[in-house]
Amino acid sequence: MDDVTTPTPVEIAEPDEDLVVELEDPWVTIVWNDPVNLMSYVAYVFRNYFGYTDEKAHELMLNVHHDGKAVVSSGSREQMERHVQAMHEYGLWATLERQDA
Amino acid sequence: MKPFKKRRRGGLVATFELGEAHLLASLTGQVVELLRDRNGVEESDADPLAAQLGMGGPSLPPEDPVLQRLLPDAYRDDVEDAGEFRRFTERGLTSTKVANAEALIGSLVDGGLTFGAMPDEDGDPVEVELDDDEVQAWLRALTDVRLSLAVRLGIENDEDTMLVAQSEDEAIAAMSDIFEWLGYVQETLIAALD
Repeated sequence: MDDVTTPTPVEIAEPDEDLVVELEDPWVTIVWNDPVNLMSYVAYVFRNYFGYTDEKAHELMLNVHHDGKAVVSSGSREQMERHVQAMHEYGLWATLERQDA
Repeated sequence: MKPFKKRRRGGLVATFELGEAHLLASLTGQVVELLRDRNGVEESDADPLAAQLGMGGPSLPPEDPVLQRLLPDAYRDDVEDAGEFRRFTERGLTSTKVANAEALIGSLVDGGLTFGAMPDEDGDPVEVELDDDEVQAWLRALTDVRLSLAVRLGIENDEDTMLVAQSEDEAIAAMSDIFEWLGYVQETLIAALD
């Protein structure tokens, strides 16, 4: 990451709205329940890695715990692959899939 | 063990009895060995540059059930995508896990833990001091050790956790105690971060 880069103005074409809607968040990261990870730890990971509020992180953690899984993020496939990799580093069991899968 | 707590000048501190520190280092060391074996398998025929870039690892999941849990598939229902993702990322994930585990052991060594001699019950306790990076390594490494023990204990759901705790097999009950204790260590670490 480079902190000193001066932003250069770029001309951006008006996005085609239909296209944007269609491509919006087509992939999701799912975290699966496991009997090992502490509830406090799972909430900690959601807070610290995804930057979620205490409330949101706690709610997602409970969803994982009670429903067996929860969608914790959505976006591009590349982003979701990075998230899954990060979750595996934390020892959480995560997968990615197409949102409509 | 004296639980983790915040220090005024920054970082976290905890004190382990010598036996506890030995146990923690030994279990963590076993995870390192397992992960190293996994990364070593195809090292001989790997392209060194590709290996350096974290590319060209194995595409098939490990056979060892502990490694399967530490290095899970990223795609649940697509073997091909799972294999491709694993090929490009597993080496990096394994190396990160090894580095975390080694950082944990390093903190114990910095706190006075030595190897070789039999753990002496009367030896000095090991005081660990963790900075922010070390905290992150400990959180992840403790998780990996707990995941490994859980697989060896056959813990697949919450009920199993209760069953192994009440097991009449002394070896299983002892391992279950260690598993619970590691959870306690991690819990105090997380609590101290708040």
